[in-house]
Amino acid sequence: MNSFMKWIHKWGSPPWFYRVSGMMLPWLTGLFAITLVYGLYAGLVLAPADYQQGDSFRIIYVHVPAAWMGMFIYIVMAVAAVVHLVWRIKIADVVLISSAPIGASFAFIALVTGSLWGKPMWGTWWTWDARLTSELLLLFIYLGIIALHSAVEDRQSAGRATAVLTLVGVVNIPIIHYSVVWWNTLHQGTTVMRLDGPAIAPQMLWPLLSMAIAFKLYYVIVMMLRARGEILARETKSRWVRELVGGE
Amino acid sequence: MSVWQAFIELLRRDLRLAMRRRAEVANPLLFFVMVIVLFPLGVGAEPNLLERMSAGVVWVAALLAALLTLDSIFRSDFEDGTLEQLLLSAQPLSVMVLAKVVAHWLVTGLPLLLVAPLLAMLLGMKSEAMGTLMLSLLLGTPVLSLIGAIGVALTVGLRRAGVILSLLVLPLYVPVLIFGAAAVDAAASGLPVAGQLYILAAFLAMALSLAPVAAASALRISLS
Repeated sequence: MNSFMKWIHKWGSPPWFYRVSGMMLPWLTGLFAITLVYGLYAGLVLAPADYQQGDSFRIIYVHVPAAWMGMFIYIVMAVAAVVHLVWRIKIADVVLISSAPIGASFAFIALVTGSLWGKPMWGTWWTWDARLTSELLLLFIYLGIIALHSAVEDRQSAGRATAVLTLVGVVNIPIIHYSVVWWNTLHQGTTVMRLDGPAIAPQMLWPLLSMAIAFKLYYVIVMMLRARGEILARETKSRWVRELVGGE
Repeated sequence: MSVWQAFIELLRRDLRLAMRRRAEVANPLLFFVMVIVLFPLGVGAEPNLLERMSAGVVWVAALLAALLTLDSIFRSDFEDGTLEQLLLSAQPLSVMVLAKVVAHWLVTGLPLLLVAPLLAMLLGMKSEAMGTLMLSLLLGTPVLSLIGAIGVALTVGLRRAGVILSLLVLPLYVPVLIFGAAAVDAAASGLPVAGQLYILAAFLAMALSLAPVAAASALRISLS
């Protein structure tokens, strides 16, 4: 086993995860603050107003990264589900269930900001646009995962049941997405939002990328915080937790 | 006993059990009929409107009726311990799950298929669309049972499984609903329907091959 695999394996151990995530958190928070402040300032102040949408377009600095995170977190959860089911690594289970509410929140934020943007742009809070609809269904799937996890009393089987459901979702999400796209074109013809046309200007693009990184860091930070709490709760009886709590 | 024999035996057992409880077979059908009757009462009996909505209404009602019956796939076997014996048996669990799903579909899905044209008539669906309606239900309802089996397998050990089951399963039913209703709509407007039906058939092939495996592993977790 080479050293990289060893390093990967270390992450499977709860005490190691707890210790290293504790060391990483201040750095991650600092980076998060920098990317967030730059992204917000450059996006809301420096970037020029869009020639068609005026200042309303600035909501993309929250909306687009949130929508990306909705998908990204689901992918993380699916990978964690595979790791958990195949190698029975406890941390994967913790990561999976700590991520689910964050993913649901991002999907919700994407829906709310999309609807806030839709009111001035499309003249309505909600349209059955393909992307909106599939984002809503993604939110439902997140909520189903959370509901299942909280309904199963035994923690171990709750984790494994949630992992199976996550994988079922991963097979279905692309199918659902393309079905909805197809459905939408059938019922409405062309709708409103199209991203083709002139490519996005660099002054607008850089803040967006910065915000995307900030959101990813935020996710990692919150996920680690939740995972640390979850690990402590699960390992209450082990020696390292007692030493940690007693030593303070 | 070969796998095939075990499959047939389990199928026959489940069908026999269902025939002993005919009322339970009839109730979902009654539900299906009632939901469809509610729509004209709710939105008004304007023939154009009803005809325009008929494909979607029949499909949504079929989906809800299927959802209502899902719990019976594993519930009673879970309660009397049969499911544990199935888990312990030498036969592959996914094949056994498939047998139970097939039995469930024969008892709940097939009757829906037979009643559907009658109800579509009540809603004023064009007669050209009837064949497509039957065909789309024939391809779509087994997918509903197969996906539902995963959800039931995950929730069978829970006390209040009903609501959670629908939360888990309904989002996954969306593609079947979209293509099923779209096929019927297209047929009613005289458009070709082969595309939608092929996609439904593809869903069925995929669900047939993947869902029993997923349901089997979910059952192992629920019963561990």
